[in-house]
Amino acid sequence: MNKPLTIHHQDTLELNPDTHLPDLHQDTFSKTTQGFWMYLMTDSLLFATLFCAYAILHTETFDGPSAQDLFSLSTAFTETMILLLSSVTCGFSMMAALRNKKNQVLAWLGVSFLLGASFVAIELTEFTQLVQDGNSWQRSAFLSSFFTLVSTHGMHVSFGLLGMIVMAAQLFLLGVTATTFRRLITFSMFWHFLDLVWIFIFTFVYLMGVV
Amino acid sequence: MFGRLTLDAFKHESSQNGAVFSMLFGAICLIGLISYLKRWKWLWNEWLTTVDPKRIGIMYIVVVLIMFLKGFGDAIMIRLQQAMSVGDSHGFLSSTHFQEVFSSHGTTMIFFVAMGAIFGLMNLIIPLQIGARDVAFPFLNALGFWLFASGAFLTIVSLTIGSFSTAGWLAYPPLSGIEYSPNEGIDYWIWAVQIAGVGSTLSGINFLVTILKMRCPGMTLMKMPIFTWSALCTMPLVVLAFPILTATLYMLTLDRYLGMHFFTVDGGGNYMMYVNLIWAWGHPEVYIIMLPMFGVFSEIVPTFSEKRLFGYVSMVWALIFIAFISFIVWLHHFFTMGASPTVNVFFAIMTMIIAIPTGVKIFNWLFTKFRGRVHFTSPMLWFFAFLLNFTFAGMTGILLSSPPVDFQVHNSLFLIAHFHGMAIGGVLFGFFAAFTYWFPKFTGFFLDETLNRYAFWCWLSGFLLAFMPLYMLGFMGATRRLDHYDASTGWHPLFVIVGIGAFIILIGATIQFFGLFWSIINRKKNWDHTGGDPWNGRTLEWSISSPPPIYNFAVIPTVDQLDPLWAIKRGEAPIPQKRYENIYLPINTPMGLYIGIFSLIFGFAMTWHIWWLAIVSFVSILVCVIIRLSGEDEHEIITVAQVKEIEAAHARRMKSYE
Repeated sequence: MNKPLTIHHQDTLELNPDTHLPDLHQDTFSKTTQGFWMYLMTDSLLFATLFCAYAILHTETFDGPSAQDLFSLSTAFTETMILLLSSVTCGFSMMAALRNKKNQVLAWLGVSFLLGASFVAIELTEFTQLVQDGNSWQRSAFLSSFFTLVSTHGMHVSFGLLGMIVMAAQLFLLGVTATTFRRLITFSMFWHFLDLVWIFIFTFVYLMGVV
Repeated sequence: MFGRLTLDAFKHESSQNGAVFSMLFGAICLIGLISYLKRWKWLWNEWLTTVDPKRIGIMYIVVVLIMFLKGFGDAIMIRLQQAMSVGDSHGFLSSTHFQEVFSSHGTTMIFFVAMGAIFGLMNLIIPLQIGARDVAFPFLNALGFWLFASGAFLTIVSLTIGSFSTAGWLAYPPLSGIEYSPNEGIDYWIWAVQIAGVGSTLSGINFLVTILKMRCPGMTLMKMPIFTWSALCTMPLVVLAFPILTATLYMLTLDRYLGMHFFTVDGGGNYMMYVNLIWAWGHPEVYIIMLPMFGVFSEIVPTFSEKRLFGYVSMVWALIFIAFISFIVWLHHFFTMGASPTVNVFFAIMTMIIAIPTGVKIFNWLFTKFRGRVHFTSPMLWFFAFLLNFTFAGMTGILLSSPPVDFQVHNSLFLIAHFHGMAIGGVLFGFFAAFTYWFPKFTGFFLDETLNRYAFWCWLSGFLLAFMPLYMLGFMGATRRLDHYDASTGWHPLFVIVGIGAFIILIGATIQFFGLFWSIINRKKNWDHTGGDPWNGRTLEWSISSPPPIYNFAVIPTVDQLDPLWAIKRGEAPIPQKRYENIYLPINTPMGLYIGIFSLIFGFAMTWHIWWLAIVSFVSILVCVIIRLSGEDEHEIITVAQVKEIEAAHARRMKSYE
């Protein structure tokens, strides 16, 4: 066997019809995106299970406060808007990547990062407030399922932020290549997916809890 | 510093010490042997860092065989205890230890034997059957294996350090909650299963994309080999069911570690929700381990009957239908929960309906043999034993699916006999058949056929002796997981017969292990002189040399019908042109192994509440993932000249046999 080597035989290959970028051999791009859709499916089932648990337990307040007593729609609405906006800016960074504008990609990723980070910050403030008022996850089954569902989403967003840093570093060092573009597109799928999950949380936990 | 880990964790009952010491002795011997043979470098380069699915498949099978020894040892202990512990005698196990043994038996056999067996088989066979050189995500595949292995290793660690779960293989709360099981046993179970479960999800994604994206030209879905079809039906089950397991264990973890109230008795928790959720995963899991074995038998029966598979299309639809319906029958595992009759009736009918596609399969196999030229090789013997046991256990399954009957025999040994008929008669016999059938493909030589037959007859007779009396015991009122019973029950003679059956199986298993080593030692005598197609195979894996070259196919085949190799042999399809090209294969990486090791440390640290170590190992996992995701895709190239040389060497070897 020969020594390992990195192949960059992009010149010999046709452009990918979806991305207009050269595709590596063996169809890596479409395999990765398909695999990532499958991964998102597993993740949505994870959330679906937590939603089920919330649906069953949200009335089990154990004489403690209920959703109506605790949640503020305005905070949740702010969070929703921030997260939706970060999805839009993430989309802008994808469009910049298609035009191969590295600096624009980085700039929009930066905006998305700030929005995502402020979402996490607001959520943490809300959690801290709840715990300080004596309404922690140990209070009742309702609060256990609430904290688990919402914080699992929050943890996903936090890992997304970490991923964004790694992504930005790669783009900064390597520019928009077939590899970094592929990773960027999976990242943006992940980010939009978290948005979608949040819409469900907003609807089922906050909106239906308060109204 | 060490959390809850104290020296007490290393003290065990005398019955356990023997196992611990023999295991440590075995490990030291193994390390010594590898050092003596100076094989560390070879082990590292060729195996531990590999991303080649053939190698990963073999590593799966090795782990499976080791875990099988452990799970089987547990089974023998259960049988011995129940044969002895009657009246004044209390057997040789304390009741706590007995509970650990049956919990460990179930966990090991399902998560680390059955799951490992199906993923091992898929790694070995699927790329070859679909005419691919690799899987879709070679690194993810390796990672899935290492997570599986580290989960398996964590259960072995629990033998030596501390104790394992005493709450059964599914750890129902409230027993598994912190209030009733405050020690480390359940935590070991949670982390072992959780880590292996994540690995299974990743492997599931990999094989799903592999089958959908990497089939060779011309292989449309309805021209896929039936084993690949069974995998294509199984992998969606993995991908859809395992996240439920992950989430359920996650909630149990939060209950135990952070004092939440998902499944607790107080605080408004609902422990029946756990039972529902775990079976929403658990029932698909039953088919996850069973469907691939249907695929195995559907490959073996036509080959050894020299006929095409009867009713290929109906077989495929039966697989799809079973896969679909497996998601809406979970409640039949606990009819006694007390759901309304309407709910119970729905699940009962859904359960009964499963018998229809399963019956379709059985008749397809029978009609495949009908007027065929049946060869009574050992894979076929396993098939006959499977047919007998599976049909019988299937019938008792139909009995159990009726709620009024189920209320009578719920949690009795009748149920145990039923699902062991499925798990041993179906899954394990299927695995043995597959092992014997594909063994020459990956080694180039046969297993010793005489020993195979001895082992088979021991297994079959031992199985019947060990499990048929359990049906009777179930009707007589014996419940599962008994460590002691009264002499006046009159169960003792039957339990003794059951124990004898278990020992006959032990003889069979011993012959198998001995046969494996015997065949390896005498491989020169058992060489496969056809060079790659010993059974007159139908599918693509038999069209290449044994063992397959690293790139599987020198030329990617093109197919236009089912059974493409038979088509070539019968002159219905052209012999493939030998136009070679450069071949690119992914290079080895130790990252999968590293992440596996850190996951093991993480699981161990969480079990013993060693928080700093848990944080360190978790951050290490993240760092490994980031490093892996920051690199370029690196490949090694196998040039045309090298391919020609490898193919020519095979041709020369073939010539020397003539």
